[in-house]
Amino acid sequence: MKIELSQVSRWYGNVVAVNDVTMTIGPGVTGLLGPNGAGKSTLLHLMAGFLAPSGGTVTLDGTQVWKNHRIYRDIGLVPEREGVYGFLTGWQFVLSAAKLHSLPDPEEAARKALATVEMEEPKDRRVETYSKGMRQRVKVAAALVHDPGVLLLDEPFNGMDPRQRLHLMDLIRAMGTSGKTILFSSHILEEVERVAQHIEVLVAGRHAASGNFRDIRRLMTDRPHLFRIRSSDDRKLAAALIRDDSAGGVTLGRDGLEVQATELRRFARLLPQVARAEGVRLHEVSPADEDLESVFSYLINRSS
Amino acid sequence: MNTVVAGITYRALLGRRRVVLLLLLPLALIALALMFSFFGGEDQRTTVDLMRGFALSTLLPLLGLIAGTGVIAPEIDDGTIIHLMSKPISRPVIARTKFVVAASLVAVFAAVPTYLAAWILVGSEDGIASGFAVGTLVAGIAYAAVFLLLGVVTRHAVTIGIIYALVWEALVGSLVPGARRFSIQQWGQTVADQITTSPFFEAEVSLGFAVPALIIVTLAAVFLTGRRLRSYSLTGDE
Repeated sequence: MKIELSQVSRWYGNVVAVNDVTMTIGPGVTGLLGPNGAGKSTLLHLMAGFLAPSGGTVTLDGTQVWKNHRIYRDIGLVPEREGVYGFLTGWQFVLSAAKLHSLPDPEEAARKALATVEMEEPKDRRVETYSKGMRQRVKVAAALVHDPGVLLLDEPFNGMDPRQRLHLMDLIRAMGTSGKTILFSSHILEEVERVAQHIEVLVAGRHAASGNFRDIRRLMTDRPHLFRIRSSDDRKLAAALIRDDSAGGVTLGRDGLEVQATELRRFARLLPQVARAEGVRLHEVSPADEDLESVFSYLINRSS
Repeated sequence: MNTVVAGITYRALLGRRRVVLLLLLPLALIALALMFSFFGGEDQRTTVDLMRGFALSTLLPLLGLIAGTGVIAPEIDDGTIIHLMSKPISRPVIARTKFVVAASLVAVFAAVPTYLAAWILVGSEDGIASGFAVGTLVAGIAYAAVFLLLGVVTRHAVTIGIIYALVWEALVGSLVPGARRFSIQQWGQTVADQITTSPFFEAEVSLGFAVPALIIVTLAAVFLTGRRLRSYSLTGDE
């Protein structure tokens, strides 16, 4: 099954949450990556039929998603908000999902779904007594109970301990391999890399990049990098680097140099050569912007 | 009507503190009736005053408000409604189920206690008990529908509901005679008046207006609730 978004925008008053996004989510695991506030949840809600696009169309195998309750036969949704009735037990919660789907054998389906997320043992406790990770798992069980072709998960790993996280990652990967269409959102690159075969990057409501994790990694390595350098003669080194094209900009500060490298590989090769030629000894070369936020801000500027 | 939706809704309402709210007013009504009967006030005039002045005008709108908004507004607030709405059930079915639950709660917690209170005071004399019970029931059903709609339209359903019941129905209704025609409470009185033969009670709105008004308001509110749920949107924190 595939979800297709065609020139989808969504705005709230004057604020644009999702801006002209076109993408197709097909079988396998797709990670929706972006910083907080990028519009990931908005995009997920648009795909799940819980938000009307202000422009463009969202379809599931060619069928309109908005105002169409039939799509939920094929979609399982794990929202980010808790959304679990605290007064029900885990078993009652998942069983109610099975019954709401009018499954022929709701008990068996609920048992199977709870087993899939390893929640058989605490299933008779009320949901309000569960930890955040356990709640997350019963939510996943309820979303899986009708064996949907499409599974949408909004920040599914939030609040899970490492063991639970690994277990859910394995589960998502296995479902992806079995041919289901799975999309999950996350703001953590490592999470997405470990689970998703395909990554869609969303930055400031725009579709900033798309590809497998190698493509995304490459994109992130090829961007301009900022380095902090301390040496025996910062002034001399700065002058030499400016003469060379590999540095886009050099700032001389009290603690050393800040160098904007336009091409990472060329810069990495040239820096020692330039230093040796000038007789300057390098004390420290460290990347100043390896965090994801700076990668995202680069992508924002690139896409706008 | 969906039994799973109804079951979860009943549990949410009856299993929590809200049930105390549902019980408080009917118990107060019965306590008042017992008190009047103990102090020898069990005449028709006192009974009609209690029914009109408390059962229909205070207990009923408040219970309608608690039940009508209570079956859906808390679920919208805490996001649990997504559990029901992300299933292949049409939204109007969810709306109708929620309405049936709210209406049944009003019947149990308002119409039955109204009958009991009147019966404690005057037995089945002049059909006062059954008249007010039926009046409370039909008006309660309309209240449940209207406040259900309010619960899906605004986050301030309870405030707006109280303003409607207290300001429009009680205050404006008592000062501006024309406003009484547009009051669910008055329609309930009209229905009660058809059944009771007590000389101490006379409704002000005609039956020809009250009955169609009750039916139209109820059906329209349930219909609009379903429509509203069809376009229910999840707006994230972003």
